[in-house]
Amino acid sequence: MDADITLRVDGTERHLTVDTRTTLLDALRERLGITSPKKGCDHGQCGACTVLLDGRRANSCLALAVAYDGSEIVTAEGLAENGELHLMQRAFIEHDGYQCGYCTPGQIVSAVGMLEEVRAAWPSHVTEDLNVEEISLDDDEIRERMSGNLCRCAAYANIVPAIREVSER
Amino acid sequence: MRPYAYVRANDVDGAVATLAEAPNAAFLAGGTNIVDLMKLGVVQPDLLVDVRRLTSERVEDLDDGGLRVGAAVPNSDLAADRKIRTRYPALSQALLAGASGQLRNLATTGGNLLQRTRCVYFYDTTTPCNKREPGSGCSAIEGHNKNHAILGASEHCVATHPSDMAVAMAALDAFVNVQGPEGERRIPIEELHRLPGDEPERDTILEHGELITSVDLPPLEFLSNSKYRKARERASYAFALVSVAAALDVEDGVVRDARIALGGIAHRPWRATKAEEALRGEPASEENFRAAADIELEDAEPLRDNAFKVPLARNLITRTLLDLSEER
Repeated sequence: MDADITLRVDGTERHLTVDTRTTLLDALRERLGITSPKKGCDHGQCGACTVLLDGRRANSCLALAVAYDGSEIVTAEGLAENGELHLMQRAFIEHDGYQCGYCTPGQIVSAVGMLEEVRAAWPSHVTEDLNVEEISLDDDEIRERMSGNLCRCAAYANIVPAIREVSER
Repeated sequence: MRPYAYVRANDVDGAVATLAEAPNAAFLAGGTNIVDLMKLGVVQPDLLVDVRRLTSERVEDLDDGGLRVGAAVPNSDLAADRKIRTRYPALSQALLAGASGQLRNLATTGGNLLQRTRCVYFYDTTTPCNKREPGSGCSAIEGHNKNHAILGASEHCVATHPSDMAVAMAALDAFVNVQGPEGERRIPIEELHRLPGDEPERDTILEHGELITSVDLPPLEFLSNSKYRKARERASYAFALVSVAAALDVEDGVVRDARIALGGIAHRPWRATKAEEALRGEPASEENFRAAADIELEDAEPLRDNAFKVPLARNLITRTLLDLSEER
């Protein structure tokens, strides 16, 4: 079964007809040619496909495109503004927060979404006091909050400082 | 993936009616489990009825002082809700101990309760599995069963329920509100999930077409003294080997009331009523907590690979109750 949907992707409205089985990830990559969200495991286990879906980080491989008709999506490509890389993108470059780079767009989008969650004072599994008013984002917090993004090169030693630097700005 | 039709109903009544008429239809909410199962061919609906925007996305006060959680409330919002954090901390902790930040943003309250087991044989369509294909046999009983049940299993199925959230809700005495073709009903959460028996294909007592619309949390004050503790094979983003949710009411060193539920050890969140009963009126001591845990685990029947779950469960119960008696 086909369905006509509209997605707002990286600031541009896109109309497309998709088979109802199409995931958001496949719609972005295969139909719209937006390849920054990567297909790693395709089962919600690696985070390489992470996008901001209506403002929140989400695994696009487990979201059906038809179910998100009308949604706003931001991929790593859409984070840059006026030709300037996003702070998080620059921090990953400065800290060498990758090796092969495959997980990087997902890591970066996830980190951007994660910092919004921190600003909203959402606790995490390692937050000592559940009722805290302000999150102190130490390395344990970053590692816990980023655990949905796997890096097979294990560049975590540089990813964590990159994220920490942006969080301190 | 097999082709299927997709509809978004206008309201709960419409969704229930549409699904009830289609024997091989399924509800879709956050999709974090069912989309994966469909990709693998484990479930093959011919119609998806999208209910994500139909039920409430809010946590609201009830007249009796409790809280009502809409079925569409994302796991992340529920964990971060200020009232949940203060009044039912075990529930926040359980949610935060589950999945990843990205998944919690997609997954809903209703969907979390209805997620399927993560038994590897259930996922592997090349192996027999009574839950996936009734009558085909259970590959786990003689197979790799480290992650499987030690209580309440049957000769047909030894799978465990994977939810963290449901374990906390079981300890908190939650009620699940359901709407179906025959109308509404209110189910104590410990009755929602089934033991496998000879029908392991049925995870819950829900009938086809019944939709979870909300979950009610009771106004019991001592539930604010509750905690969730989870043992898993890595520090984050893994299912429980064993987990415990507990709430404790202690006065003058004596246990007035206790709520204990275990995860990772049975086909449903395991409410430890024997342990609770053993504790009421007894001094809040490590010795008594351990003895109560032993009473609950007396009936445990470990499989080849999971005998470790018995002492693990005993220690988790004891440690969690000790923490709760010290914090008060």
